[in-house]
Amino acid sequence: MTATTTARVQGPAIHVHGLEKSYKKLEVLRGVDFDVARGSIFALLGANGAGKTTVVNILSTLLRADAGTASVNGFDVVTQGADVRESISLTGQFAAVDLILSGRENLVLVARLRHLEDPGTIADDLLDRFSLTDAATRRVSTYSGGMRRRLDIAMSLIGNPAVIFLDEPTAGLDPQGRLEVWQAVRDLAGHGTTVLLTTQYLDEAEQLADRIAILHDHRIIVSGTLTELKQLIPPAKVEYVEKQPTLEDVFLAIVGDHGKHGDAGNDRSVDADQ
Amino acid sequence: MSRHFFGDTAVLLGRSLRHITRSPDTIITTALMPIALLLLFVYVLGGAINSGSHSYVSYLMPGILLITIASGISYVGFRLFLDMQSGIFERFHSMPIARSSVLWAHVLTSLVANLIALVVVVLVALLMGFRSGAGVLAWLAVAGILILFTLALTWIAVIAGLSAKSADGAGAFAYPILFLPFISSAFVPTRTMPGPVRAFADNQPVTSIVNTIRDLYTQRPVGPDIWTALAWCVGILILAYIFAMVAYRRRRIA
Repeated sequence: MTATTTARVQGPAIHVHGLEKSYKKLEVLRGVDFDVARGSIFALLGANGAGKTTVVNILSTLLRADAGTASVNGFDVVTQGADVRESISLTGQFAAVDLILSGRENLVLVARLRHLEDPGTIADDLLDRFSLTDAATRRVSTYSGGMRRRLDIAMSLIGNPAVIFLDEPTAGLDPQGRLEVWQAVRDLAGHGTTVLLTTQYLDEAEQLADRIAILHDHRIIVSGTLTELKQLIPPAKVEYVEKQPTLEDVFLAIVGDHGKHGDAGNDRSVDADQ
Repeated sequence: MSRHFFGDTAVLLGRSLRHITRSPDTIITTALMPIALLLLFVYVLGGAINSGSHSYVSYLMPGILLITIASGISYVGFRLFLDMQSGIFERFHSMPIARSSVLWAHVLTSLVANLIALVVVVLVALLMGFRSGAGVLAWLAVAGILILFTLALTWIAVIAGLSAKSADGAGAFAYPILFLPFISSAFVPTRTMPGPVRAFADNQPVTSIVNTIRDLYTQRPVGPDIWTALAWCVGILILAYIFAMVAYRRRRIA
């Protein structure tokens, strides 16, 4: 599944320079710059209302910037919108799935709209990959939040787009749903897809992203790998802290999660600055 | 227009038609009010109305059919609004599809749903004694006018759906349209109305459409009303389409 249907162009998967956008008098973006390398996971971190969704909407050609340039997969988002849309998939802030259709029908619908051959097989493969086969014929309105999100992400993978935008993929999910989505995102990057995800959860960026950019006050104020970001503050001093299970560990242990959560809480106790 | 326009529209039409077959209540509620009005006017009020026609149910039919359409189109605005709210609209728009097919699929769905509701209403009317000796051509002409009227009103509903702030707002615009048939030749001849009301009734779209449909299925020669009716339908259709496109663009590139 590493091959993408769209032609690969040299250079970064996403290139954003001097992006500005305001809604009437409200300034949202004031000169945003960043690059995302191919096949990496890039997290755009910011508080509610920082403008993360605006960036994603401009990159997915839903919105037009007031100034600046942006390209995705080598295509300009304004002049080559159709090529951009061939290269991307957007998973919006709320699971954009059709509640009245079944999970399988949702997948077939997207495969048809991407003009692919054999939509049925594509749907069945993805249902299997996202452990939704048992629920395939049920209406999505009966799905849990985590299942809807997984279906949502599965729909975004159809046609193997080179770049995937995930706008707050775990907002409103319970801990288990969150872990399911994290696993799905890791698998994606493993397949060579470029992922740009926005989040307001610091641990999510820490867990998933190769590079992190912090959007604050209408600008990217820092950007780099987690290690680079950690060097911005005084070096960590080593402290020995007794490892107490977090409430999340307890919750997942009791409800019977199968150990997937191991990395979600363990490293944290070593981070001296917390 | 993209090369995929027809294919994409067909796929999306299939999606919304599935919505209708899975919640047929939208068609039932569409047909319910016209049927109730039919019963009320024929069995309760009709005896006191002198329409100058042999059978009042036959006199009433065109107005009832138009009311069916007016009550059916509010669901387009509603469905469109829900699609925008759920984010599925944005998903479609970020995909390599013909963007206008997203709207056209909803419009064609409205057409299909309204035609089904119309058939249901006509069947009830037949049970109540509605008869017509009109030929195939006259009925095709009636169907043509009804389709044109549905499309015109549907595009108005699209404007409402695209610009509404709430799901209730997306459907509420239909109420004034529902009242138009009452101030027309649909239930009583307009000559019985006082001057100003009659002037309004004679010159609003519903009267000419009602008269044309009535002439067609009672096998009377169709007067100049048919041109007035067509002009209204086409005029509303074009205007509503233009404004819907403006609302659509504003919604997209905010």
